[in-house]
Amino acid sequence: MAYSDKVIDHYENPRNVGTLDKDDPNVGTGLVGAPACGDVMRLQLKINDDGIIEDAKFKTFGCGSAIASSSLVTEWVKGKSVEDALKITNAAIAEELALPPVKIHCSVLAEDAIKAAIADYRKKKGLE
Amino acid sequence: MVKTPIYMDYQATTPVDPRVLEAMLPYFTQHFGNAASRSHVFGWTAEEASEKAREQVASLIGGSGREIIWTSGATESINLAIKGIANFYADRGKHIVTCKTEHPAVLDTCKRLERSGYQVTYLDVDRTGRLDPEAVREAMTDETILVAIMAANNEIGTVHPLKEIGEIVKEKGAFFHVDAVQAAGKIPFDVNEVRADLVSLSAHKMYGPKGVGALWIRRRPRVRLTPILDGGGHERGMRSGTINVPGVVGFGAAAEIAKQELPEESARILRLRQRLYEKITSELDMVHLNGHPEHRIPGNLNLSFAYVEGEGLMMALKDVALSSGSACTSASLEPSHVLRACGVDDDLAHSSIRFGIGRFTTEEEVDYVAARVVESVRRLRDMSPLYEMAKEGIDLKSIAWTAH
Repeated sequence: MAYSDKVIDHYENPRNVGTLDKDDPNVGTGLVGAPACGDVMRLQLKINDDGIIEDAKFKTFGCGSAIASSSLVTEWVKGKSVEDALKITNAAIAEELALPPVKIHCSVLAEDAIKAAIADYRKKKGLE
Repeated sequence: MVKTPIYMDYQATTPVDPRVLEAMLPYFTQHFGNAASRSHVFGWTAEEASEKAREQVASLIGGSGREIIWTSGATESINLAIKGIANFYADRGKHIVTCKTEHPAVLDTCKRLERSGYQVTYLDVDRTGRLDPEAVREAMTDETILVAIMAANNEIGTVHPLKEIGEIVKEKGAFFHVDAVQAAGKIPFDVNEVRADLVSLSAHKMYGPKGVGALWIRRRPRVRLTPILDGGGHERGMRSGTINVPGVVGFGAAAEIAKQELPEESARILRLRQRLYEKITSELDMVHLNGHPEHRIPGNLNLSFAYVEGEGLMMALKDVALSSGSACTSASLEPSHVLRACGVDDDLAHSSIRFGIGRFTTEEEVDYVAARVVESVRRLRDMSPLYEMAKEGIDLKSIAWTAH
C-alpha cells in the first residue's frame, strides 16, 4: 500500500512532537486508543484563559497514518478557539491526508484525541 | 555503499537463482513439448526433464521421484493432501489434528472440512511456538485420520519436534502431513526420519520459480487421495493438468542446489542472523525475540520492538523489504495468529518485525539494516507516548485503554 505524500511528509517531519506539563492547569491531555489495537495517541493542548489553543504537542504509537493524523491535528488546532477545534472532523483529516479506507480509524482517533484533551482541560477548570 | 532497496523477506519468497533460470530457459522455446505427449520426441524430452526433476526434488527430502506429484504451489499441495485424505478415508474417521500456528492454507482447509462434518483439533504451542508431541498423542482418537503439522513456521521460524510427533502419529495409525515449505533446503529434513506420509513443498521459497509446487506422497505403505481436479488424469490421476515443464525443471534445479549447498549456506545464514540480532540488541533495550532461540530455521529473525508499532517502523525502513506481525493494514486490525498462539501480548505482536535472511544477503546489508533499525526505533520511541510512560514507571497494563 502506498502512502500519500502528505502522510509521508508528516511521518518524516512530524510537527509538534513532545510533552507539555500535564499538571499545568491550562494543559489538557487526551490519551486515546489502546496498545493492543496498535494505536495510541496522546495529544496535549495548552489553552489560555480566552479559550484559545496556544500550543499543541503529541506523541503517538502507531503506523505512519496514525502519526501523520496526530501531527496534522497539532498544526490545525494551534491558534484556534476550543469551539473551533471541536469542529475538526475525522472526515476532514482523512481527506487532507488522503487516507485509504483501512486507515480511517487513524483519523477517528485523532478527532477523539482533540475531544479528550479539551474534556480534560474543561474538567481541570471546573467547566464541566 | 550498500545498494538499496534491500530484500530481507526471504520467508515470503526468494529470487530465482541464476543457475535455476539457466536450467529452465531451454524448456520455454526449444524443448516446449507436452510431457503427456507420448508420440514424439518433443513430448519425450519434456517428460524426461520432468522425471529428472522429480528425482531432484525427492532427493532433497529423502524420498523417491515416483512419489512426487507436481502442483501449482504449496497451497494446492496442502489442499490436495488434506482434502484428499479426508475424502478418501472418510469411512475410517472424520477427525483431523493440526496446530494453531499453521499456515492459512492448512487452517482454512481444515475450517472448510469442519463445515462438511469433520472434527478438527487445533493444538496450542508453547511461548516459543513449539508443539509438545504429547499434546498430539492426547488429541488423537480412534477417529483421527490425519495429523497436519508444519516443519518450520513461516513467521517465527520455529521448528517442531517432528520426529517425536511422527512416531506418535504412526503409533496411533493416522496419516501424517508435513508442510515443509519453510524447512526444505534450509535445514535437514527427511521424510523417513519424521515418518511423513505426505509432504508439501514450494519452489519459490528455495530459489525456484513461483507457481510451482510438489506434494510428496508415500508409496510404501501406499497413501491414496481423492483428487481435487478432474481432467486428463496426469500425476497418477491425483492432479490433472499439463505439467509446467520449465517450472518443474527449475524446481528440480533449485532442489539440487539447495541440497548440495545446505550445510555451508545454512551456517553462513545463521552467522548473518546472529550478527543482525547482536547488532540490534546491543544498541536497543526492550527487544523481544519471537520464536525459539535454537529450534528455528537459520534465515528467520522475528523481533518485537516494545512501544514501537511494526508498520510505523517499516515505514521508516522503507528501503528495506521486511514484514510485520502487525495487521494494521488489514480490515480486522487483528495481529498475527501465530504470535497470538505463542501468548505474545497484542501490543508486542503489533511491534513485531520479521527479518528474512537468505542466499543473497550480505554482511554489508545486515550491518546497514541493523543501523537503520536502531536509528528508527530510537526516533519512534522518542515519539511514543508508551515509551515515555514506561520510562516514568507507569504500568501500561494498569491503564483503562479505550479499545477501538
